[in-house]
Amino acid sequence: MNFFLETLFGGLLAGTMYSLVAIGFVLIYKASGVFNFAQGAMLLFAALTCVSLQEAGLPFAAAVAASVVVMGLLALAIERAVLRPLVARSQITLFMATLGLSFIIEGLAQGLMGAEVRALDLGIDDVPVFVGDVMLSQFDLFAAATAAVLVLVLALLFNKTRVGVSLRAVADDTRAALSIGINLNRIWQIVWAVAGVVGLVAGLLWGARQGVQFSLSLVVLKALPVLIIGGFTSIGGAIVGGLIVGAAENLAEVYVGPLVGGGITSWFAYFLALAFLYVRPAGLFGERAIERV
Amino acid sequence: MTTFLRRVAVAAALAAAFCGHADAAPSEQFFPLATYRVGAYASSGIPVWAGMIDYLRYINEVEGGINGVKLVWQECETEWTAEKGIECYERFKKGLNGAPVAIYHPNGAPAAYALSDKAAADRIPLITLGYGRTEATDGAVFPHNFPVMLTFYSEASAVINYIAQREGGFAKLKGKKIATVYHDSAYGRETQGPLKLLAEKYGFENIQIPVADPGNEQSSQWRQVRQAKPDWVFLRTWGVSTPVAIKTAARFGFPADHIIGDIWASSNEDVLPAGDAGKGYLALTPYPGGADFDIHKRIKTHILDKGRSDLKDPKSFGSVYYNSGLVNAAIAVEAIRAGQKKFGNRPLTGDEGRWGLEHLNLDDARLKEIGFLGLMQRLQLSCSDHEGGGSVRVQQWDGKSWKLITDWVSSDRKTLRPLIDAKSAAYAREKGLVPRNCARES
Amino acid sequence: MSNLSHQLPAPFEHAPLALVPRAIPWGAAALLIVAFAGVPWLAGDYWLNAILIPFLVLSLAGLGLNLLTGYAGQTSVGSAGFMAVGAFATYAFLLRVPVLPLPVALLAGGAVAAAVGFVFGIPSNRIKGFYLMATTLAAQFFLEWVFTKFPWFYNHASSGTIAAPRLALFGHDISGPVGRYLLTLSVVTLLTWVARNLVGSRLGRNWMAIRDMDTAAAVIGIDVDHHKRLAFAVSSFYLGIAGALWAFAYLGTASASSFDINRSFQILFIIIIGGMGSVAGNFIGAAFISLLPIFLSQAGQALLGGNVDPGQIQNLQKIIFGALIITFLVKEPEGLVRLLAGLRERLAVWPLRF
Repeated sequence: MNFFLETLFGGLLAGTMYSLVAIGFVLIYKASGVFNFAQGAMLLFAALTCVSLQEAGLPFAAAVAASVVVMGLLALAIERAVLRPLVARSQITLFMATLGLSFIIEGLAQGLMGAEVRALDLGIDDVPVFVGDVMLSQFDLFAAATAAVLVLVLALLFNKTRVGVSLRAVADDTRAALSIGINLNRIWQIVWAVAGVVGLVAGLLWGARQGVQFSLSLVVLKALPVLIIGGFTSIGGAIVGGLIVGAAENLAEVYVGPLVGGGITSWFAYFLALAFLYVRPAGLFGERAIERV
Repeated sequence: MTTFLRRVAVAAALAAAFCGHADAAPSEQFFPLATYRVGAYASSGIPVWAGMIDYLRYINEVEGGINGVKLVWQECETEWTAEKGIECYERFKKGLNGAPVAIYHPNGAPAAYALSDKAAADRIPLITLGYGRTEATDGAVFPHNFPVMLTFYSEASAVINYIAQREGGFAKLKGKKIATVYHDSAYGRETQGPLKLLAEKYGFENIQIPVADPGNEQSSQWRQVRQAKPDWVFLRTWGVSTPVAIKTAARFGFPADHIIGDIWASSNEDVLPAGDAGKGYLALTPYPGGADFDIHKRIKTHILDKGRSDLKDPKSFGSVYYNSGLVNAAIAVEAIRAGQKKFGNRPLTGDEGRWGLEHLNLDDARLKEIGFLGLMQRLQLSCSDHEGGGSVRVQQWDGKSWKLITDWVSSDRKTLRPLIDAKSAAYAREKGLVPRNCARES
Repeated sequence: MSNLSHQLPAPFEHAPLALVPRAIPWGAAALLIVAFAGVPWLAGDYWLNAILIPFLVLSLAGLGLNLLTGYAGQTSVGSAGFMAVGAFATYAFLLRVPVLPLPVALLAGGAVAAAVGFVFGIPSNRIKGFYLMATTLAAQFFLEWVFTKFPWFYNHASSGTIAAPRLALFGHDISGPVGRYLLTLSVVTLLTWVARNLVGSRLGRNWMAIRDMDTAAAVIGIDVDHHKRLAFAVSSFYLGIAGALWAFAYLGTASASSFDINRSFQILFIIIIGGMGSVAGNFIGAAFISLLPIFLSQAGQALLGGNVDPGQIQNLQKIIFGALIITFLVKEPEGLVRLLAGLRERLAVWPLRF
């Protein structure tokens, strides 16, 4: 029983790491209808910027602040060069454009800051903590707390500020928002910048665990099933989806894996997502579109 | 529209420029470099190319080439993929401005498999150090594949021999638990056969735990390790899955000094991101890290200090991957030297390069001469044995650098050879090949 | 070209539906004669092995995906998974039923891929758009896992790879570059002809009706679910054969990782850059996607080689490649095929202007 609980809690905590990546997707999809495949590349770019600045002698806090600025500039550039010319194009075109974008960002990241693996120390030891008999990871707890704070901040941003309200207006009905004079381009810039900052947080946490290196951009693939389960348009969904995926993946690897020879984590989450979708075709918290002929 | 036409015109002009090669009397030997400098594996690749290029430059500038034959090289980006690997190979196989190719390094398992048949048709030998088909050890069936120095079978045997050494003899292995945490791919599963055989022979419990690609989340795997309580963990991961494994092991309280990384989990890039968790971590390798070998002193004086090195980051000098570049280049250079003894001091073709490889014999005296003693094991290849060495050294990470803690640990190649012969025979049957008769090869 | 630009966001960009009888395509005939008779004489190993064969196979894969996405409107990023099914199934037939001639084994491999595609197409009755795309990712990862996990598929080879058995047709050895090129070209020509007729048939028109709006298609009496599954099956048949050719005619060997997610994206690129809902677009897209990196690499080597750090040249190429993709998406929403059509219209009245 202890082993089961440990696996379950460990999985739930690991899931919050997925949620962090998924939140970046949700923000951008909500505001601009873009399925942003370049989120992984942005994550890499952000973490690499931060680490490089730190190596150049900046204290950690200053490096983070500078990285936030860099991500803001990147968002401005993306909005100008990619989003604005592609306005009102089909979703799949925009998706492909973000694939192209991910080539550019990855090339820039490795070209400017080098391809070697960097160690990142956040000062949080990845050591076991015991809650009763159940072993948990101190780092995972830290990551979960960070995710909670992040969600709180985002919730305040969207519900209590003017920008947040206009953003929700854009997400609800782009044309109506435009007609009442909301500056769409400005909203996009802000949302992509915020997604960049979320990417920075996720990149730092993942980077501390596996080193800041190219494969950071691959955590995108882990976040996709989370998105499907939670729905593309709900931050709460991203959190719940992350928890479900994390827990199910860990339980499955331990209890189902041995039956089929293990190594099932690569696809198990996707099948889980498929099962959820079959019951709820727009995800747990997604909005169902109404079709008219 | 006009820009499009202009692009087409430029493309055509450039394509035409590349198709024509001027034929000159070959006075140089071409070293094609199929590299990967971008993408997921760039971090491991970059120091390898630096090691290779620095060694080739050292041979050219200090030793005046191989017996007077100068070396030329050119790069081609493969991104570690098969299709770009093929493109590079096809671009390079005819040589460069008349300088022929004697030996080709595919540098990457996908390209190595894809090039196997093509290289055999073009009669160009492929060196695959630490990857590629294990059964290519049998040169009778695979005349053009050279998995030199260490196949995954030898690696499995060497790790068991090392554990026996630590435990105090093979008899002590009985009842011990040895878990293999492996990258769930062909590479990761390659040691299952030999480990099963060795487990039966020595009576240890063989536990296999797979990690799905890319392996950036491994809590469930290490939870299984914790539950199984093994005496030793043999870590056969690669890329990002190695630092994640080391960190996760620490999180689950498994001691790093009882984890033994394999050849692809033994580099500086693998342990650096793990930080403190990597202290004490063991790894076996055929090309240990360190900058104190004789060859490093020579390269430092003649190449590094003169600013002629390909290394961007001097910290990588003497890193495991840099040294692997040196070793890879040295094997090719020495094989050409061996071939020149028969064919004369001139650039060699692929066929002649293959002959050189099959007659390569690096004993301690020769290794000392070229400055590789300690960095490289004794290596003797032949028609029936394309592997040669089969030994590893074990190194331990102290948080900053690797410390060598053993001399060469040999593997029990005789026990495993029947497995290899069975596999190569199966391959020959599947492809309808008639093996060479090695007794009649000279 | 401004008259073609969209005023409203459309669910998918597509070429207009052509129902007029076509004239004899002299241009295509001439192209075929050159490809069959001229190219084998003129092209060397490098062009055949490294450029033409992969280009043809990728075109075929693009065609397969285009049937599903461009014509039936179902987006998939699992193409490479279905290619893998075709490759491994063909290998199994060639290995275990040695009496089967190569073309039959290819067809059988394609049929197995079609069956698998049909199964993975079942969720399309409930799941739509991006969510459906995500479910095809499940197919991609699951199939990749199956072909690494179960050694039966690769004849228990420890390398996990399948190698082409001796390629022979009616007793002729076709394992040389020219033989493999002609094999690929024949298969691609035949299947392209079939696809051309297919999309003009009733089935193709029903697909396009579903693509344009599936609710409306259901209202006019098309069995939408069945047609979607059929689209998955036909598309997977094409992809399966492309996968077998990729493994045996091009690489000579393959493992599950030859058909990873990046291959799926590559194929999606091909149809979007080339043109959705167009047969010719696949060839143009494949040429763009497969030749551009080679061209950039050769150009980089020639212009900058030796002077600039090779790592930076590679990064620069990657950036240029990404930028060109975005540029094309911005400039030509309907793909390169539309660009070329526009070029032809202009040439027809040259030197006058519209």
